[in-house]
Amino acid sequence: MFRATLKSLLARKVRLILSGLAVVLGVMFVSGAFVLTDTLGRSFDAIFADAYEGVDVNVAARPKIDVGETEGMPVVPEPVPAAVLEKIRAVPGVAEATGLVAVDGARLIGANGKVVASFGPPQLGENWTGESELVQLREGRAPQADDEIVVNRALATAGKVKVGDRVGVLTLQPKQEFTIVGVFGYSGGRDSIGGANEIMFTTPVAQRLMLGTPGTFSNISVTAAGGVSDAALRDSVAAAVGADFEVRTGTQLSEEAAAGMKEALSFFNRILLGFAAVALLVGTFLILNTFSIIVAQRTRELALMRAVGASRRQVIGSVVLEAVAVGLVASVLGLGAGIGIGALLAYLFSTFAGGLTLAGIGVPLSAVVGAFAVGLVITVVAALLPALRASRIPPIAAMQDVATPDRPLTRVTVAGAVVTAVGGALLALGLTGNAGGNTLATILGGVLFAFIGVALLTPLISRPVVGLLGAVFAWSVPGKLGRLNSGRNPRRTAITAAALMVGIALVTGVTVILDSAKSSIGGLAQDNLKAELVIAGAQSGPRPPSFDPAVLEKAAAIPGVRLVDGEYGDLAMVGGQRTWVAASSDIAALRQIFGAEPTAGDIDRLAPDEMLVSSDTATARGLSVGSKVPVQTSRGEARTYTVTGIYAASQLTNPVVLPAEAARGFTIPQPIQGFIQLAPGTRVADVQPRIEALLADSPEVSVADREAFIEQQTGQLDGLLTMIQILLALAIVIAVLGIVNTLALSVLERTRELGLLRAIGLRRAQTMRMITVEAVVISVFGALLGVVVGAGLGAAVVEALRDEGITDLVLPWTQMGIFLGLAAIVGVVAAALPAVRAARINVLGAIAHD
Amino acid sequence: MTATVGQHAQAAARASDVWKVYGSGEAQVVALRGVSAEFERGRFTAIMGPSGSGKSTLMHCLAGLDSVTRGTVSIGETKVTGLNDSGLTKLRRDRVGFIFQQFNLLPTLTAKENILLPLSIAGRRPDQAWYDTVIATVGLRDRLDHRPAQLSGGQQQRVACARALVARPEVIFADEPTGNLDSRAGAEVLGFLRNSVREHGQTIVMVTHDPTAAAYADRVVFLADGQIVSELIEPTAETVLDTMKKLDTPAEVTR
Ligand SMILES: Nc1ncnc2c1ncn2[C@@H]1O[C@H](COP(=O)(O)OP(=O)(O)O)[C@@H](O)[C@H]1O
Ligand SMILES: [Mg+2]
Repeated sequence: MFRATLKSLLARKVRLILSGLAVVLGVMFVSGAFVLTDTLGRSFDAIFADAYEGVDVNVAARPKIDVGETEGMPVVPEPVPAAVLEKIRAVPGVAEATGLVAVDGARLIGANGKVVASFGPPQLGENWTGESELVQLREGRAPQADDEIVVNRALATAGKVKVGDRVGVLTLQPKQEFTIVGVFGYSGGRDSIGGANEIMFTTPVAQRLMLGTPGTFSNISVTAAGGVSDAALRDSVAAAVGADFEVRTGTQLSEEAAAGMKEALSFFNRILLGFAAVALLVGTFLILNTFSIIVAQRTRELALMRAVGASRRQVIGSVVLEAVAVGLVASVLGLGAGIGIGALLAYLFSTFAGGLTLAGIGVPLSAVVGAFAVGLVITVVAALLPALRASRIPPIAAMQDVATPDRPLTRVTVAGAVVTAVGGALLALGLTGNAGGNTLATILGGVLFAFIGVALLTPLISRPVVGLLGAVFAWSVPGKLGRLNSGRNPRRTAITAAALMVGIALVTGVTVILDSAKSSIGGLAQDNLKAELVIAGAQSGPRPPSFDPAVLEKAAAIPGVRLVDGEYGDLAMVGGQRTWVAASSDIAALRQIFGAEPTAGDIDRLAPDEMLVSSDTATARGLSVGSKVPVQTSRGEARTYTVTGIYAASQLTNPVVLPAEAARGFTIPQPIQGFIQLAPGTRVADVQPRIEALLADSPEVSVADREAFIEQQTGQLDGLLTMIQILLALAIVIAVLGIVNTLALSVLERTRELGLLRAIGLRRAQTMRMITVEAVVISVFGALLGVVVGAGLGAAVVEALRDEGITDLVLPWTQMGIFLGLAAIVGVVAAALPAVRAARINVLGAIAHD
Repeated sequence: MTATVGQHAQAAARASDVWKVYGSGEAQVVALRGVSAEFERGRFTAIMGPSGSGKSTLMHCLAGLDSVTRGTVSIGETKVTGLNDSGLTKLRRDRVGFIFQQFNLLPTLTAKENILLPLSIAGRRPDQAWYDTVIATVGLRDRLDHRPAQLSGGQQQRVACARALVARPEVIFADEPTGNLDSRAGAEVLGFLRNSVREHGQTIVMVTHDPTAAAYADRVVFLADGQIVSELIEPTAETVLDTMKKLDTPAEVTR
């Protein structure tokens, strides 16, 4: 039996290659994700180990606000007073203690007048403390005067600046000018550590610009005297400085930093695995189909095996064995490809992130286990149904001329209806927020069930729909034949189309959600934003762009400008809870520009110790006018504010608004957005250039009219959409392979028929057209299903998000039309090989073929 | 060695010194050894011979389904040998009809659609009167909307015959058209082929190994070992059987 299986496997290797390819692609995705995150993880380990190489013990003050990696704000270090440095120097066992300033947020304006952007690695502003084993000047000298800086080689390269250049630098302060007097690098010829951009000032300047407090440091680096262990030093230093400070060894620091990074990576990994799962779901459909077709084609052979005494179990075994073989080969190939892709992505990532030194590409156990588990399990599971069907072939089939009659679709249809209903119920449960803590899992489960359910219902739908679609092509004989062929095996057509449906449905669904969100946000802004001009910038890294607060006053002085509101934002502890807070330069202007209405108290003015809250926040936290709330911002002392007004939540999205003075304690003490309302009759075009001129020293932002601003705001969703589409493209590619596969198998199965057609005069081109029509009908059918299911899913999600402010349902008709058009093209492409094959069929061989 | 049979000016199909060799070296099979034959218009010719004698090969070569190793084949005035694929396709589409032993019909099409398929492919309109005649002759009027799976073997073969006839090709080639049918259904199909020759002047070349089937033809050409070895005009089942018997004992081969 085993040998017979192997032989039949080898005899049909071409047919299995395509379905194997689907598994290969899925496995590639899975193992690639593991290899990528493993490689990046180890690279970060190395980076942080390097970064803290010369540090035996580090002393820092506890930050006021604990910010996580993904919260969109850099941590503001609590300044360490110089006195602490003196205290540490006196601790026995300390060889040397150096006060350091190293804070994210020093942005160099490059030769092109734009800020050198970072897409993740920090932009450190530091004090120069001399060369060391790690830090080496490559050119020039150390900074000595207040207006002198040195930059690392990576930054000099990225900003196209050199020693002697006069450059602008943005810090806590608006733009200031410096002369680059030196360029430094790191041991081993490295231009940066982990892609960080670094600017080093003299110590007093660094303290002023990066910490805001003279005579303080962000941290103190301590080296141990000979014979003193790091841990022992840590403990004695900790005892000396007291509980207000965090004292850690260099190893601890690098581990902690790497752990934070890895948390972000594992999140990233999970996202990739999610997309891999989609690809594999599609692959499962494809394998199921291939094995079904193969079993159908081998009916005679299998029946013969049964006739000569093979048991049902043996027949199942032989099919499953085949699946195992395919799964194994595909897993190996997929793992290989995954390692390649993972390495490639890691390389791209490192280049993109500005010279991250990659650790060697490794193959983590998780990648290997994942590859084989996924590849084998998926293939075997997908082959089980066909195997069962194979075992039901009666031995007598060997003697008969079997035209396996199409079994009725009742059972599939009922099963499909049930599964779809379960999916719908799960979705409803998840979307209405009744799934307890498992909302995401419930929704995903619902989507999965819905897909499988619809796939099961597809054979039933396929007859009328395919007939209708095919009618378009019925004008030519090959077209008509192609249409008939695509309708002749509803199950096969259905699964092939369903595979395509999954990818397209997800893309459509996501598009519906994002477009609806976009339109809702845009609509909200259109309705509520009474500002003709907006100052804002596009965010590239973790830090939002900001501008010089002086711009606000100067803008207000421009004739024709009626109101100016500058908005600051940060994460702060409000009443002990981490909360996004805003501050406004002019509360009255804010109210008018956003059309906010009070539900209690007064929202037109705000004294330095008063705050406004939204009606939601007030309800959630039991606040009312007169409540006193302690607020700790990321800098400065905690302060108690009195609630003096409550505004309707729908008009302003911030939960808390603080007075302008509070912004001095924010992570970014500069306004992030500015809103300008013009006096009636003033032309936007007259004012805009004047504001543009004011922003010359704030290159992170620009001024846009209202439409352009709304476009900018919602445009960020487009990037997200593109990324999701790219990731889902793999699922669609696999589905296309599925169409190729189904067609190739059908062509093989119909060799005789094709021979007959050719014998009675069908031209090669006509033969190809016939196959192409079949493919186009199948793929357009799949796309149609996908578009409909996706629009449905998207609409359901949008409906569920109505309370979150997504009030418009936007169906992307153009996109959906494009998908259908693309599907037609995909059909043509998918048909290419099978069609050529069909056209090349040897007429005589096909007819004589028994 | 080589006999050219049927010396008529009006040949619908002609083979001149046709050789067909399959494979090479050890596995070489010479299926046809210098066959020359003409098949007259308006006649029903049967090609007889034991299994493996090269009957199908000869028919395939004549019909442009297979290439010859040496020699030439023509249909009417057209030299088939040397035509490229599109030339051959056009020849088959416009001038030749086929009836095979099995797998004659497209399962997705109804009987009527199958019958009209060659004409649709060629983009020609059927001659309504002729179509009616053909349908009447094959007796399928009430089965026209059925699919092949709903028809008996004999009915399917009659549909195949109608398909070959309806386009009025210069010559119809039939390879063992009754091979899969019982004797009654076979007789129906054969009678009907003969009628189309007698009444409508159709040219038919039929390969068979069944003496009874051959007896329906106007003329029988005998093939043995890839060579034409004998010929009978106005055969009966007995004369065909006799000739066959003689062929079985190679020493007594008559020419
Ligand atoms: N494609 C082929 N390859 C090799 N040999 C072939 C092929 N087709 C036919 N033959 C050989 O040619 C000879 C004649 O075959 P065929 O014309 O099919 O005989 P018939 O139809 O008279 O039974 C036989 O010996 C057969 O084995
Ligand atoms: Mg034969």
